[in-house]
Amino acid sequence: MLDLRYFAWVRERLGTASERIETEAATVADLIEELRAIDEAHAFVFADLGGIRAAVDQELVGFDASLDGAREVAFFPPMTGG
Amino acid sequence: MSVRVGEAAFDPGAELNAFTAAVAGAGAVVSFSGIVRDLQGDLEAMEIEHYPGMTESALQAIRDEAMTRFSLTDAMILHRHGRLEPGAPIMMVATAAPHRADAFAAAEFLMDYLKSRAPFWKKEVRAGRADWVAARDEDEDALKRW
Repeated sequence: MLDLRYFAWVRERLGTASERIETEAATVADLIEELRAIDEAHAFVFADLGGIRAAVDQELVGFDASLDGAREVAFFPPMTGG
Repeated sequence: MSVRVGEAAFDPGAELNAFTAAVAGAGAVVSFSGIVRDLQGDLEAMEIEHYPGMTESALQAIRDEAMTRFSLTDAMILHRHGRLEPGAPIMMVATAAPHRADAFAAAEFLMDYLKSRAPFWKKEVRAGRADWVAARDEDEDALKRW
């Protein structure tokens, strides 16, 4: 089981801040492939990865990051702190 | 406390005084405060979303990195989330060092990193509409100088 967290426009577009899924995905990129197939909203959000960032267990990662042992994956737009 | 994240308003002047008092003898203190801007005069509020847990650890990591890279006595990061009115302080960094060069450089370093590496997202609310603030390429590019 993997907990997914969504923030900002990604959260709004998907209509939820979190979901729990069953997955065998080995990397973040593999997971994104699976998520795209869920429905139109997921396909839209993950259509252009240039505007998406990912974190695995609250660490910012690249899309090639491994999901081995991961409990929580988050997707969000580029951050705008400060 | 060196890193603080919360909804409550803070007083940058009082925070700076407390920080300065705690590093007595440092020689140089630099601070920066980010304020909710309203250049067109029509902003109702800024809403700041964050990633609880990751926010605190990301800010702590950025602060630790600054302490390692520069010759600092102390460094502080404060950041608010939630709904903020125009003119309200959003965040603040303060650095203390034996000499000003490190204090200035570390404050810039903290700002550059927390702009694009701390999980906050800003939304501007204007009459009848709300828009996410887009990340700027310059903010990402700014990291390359460190």
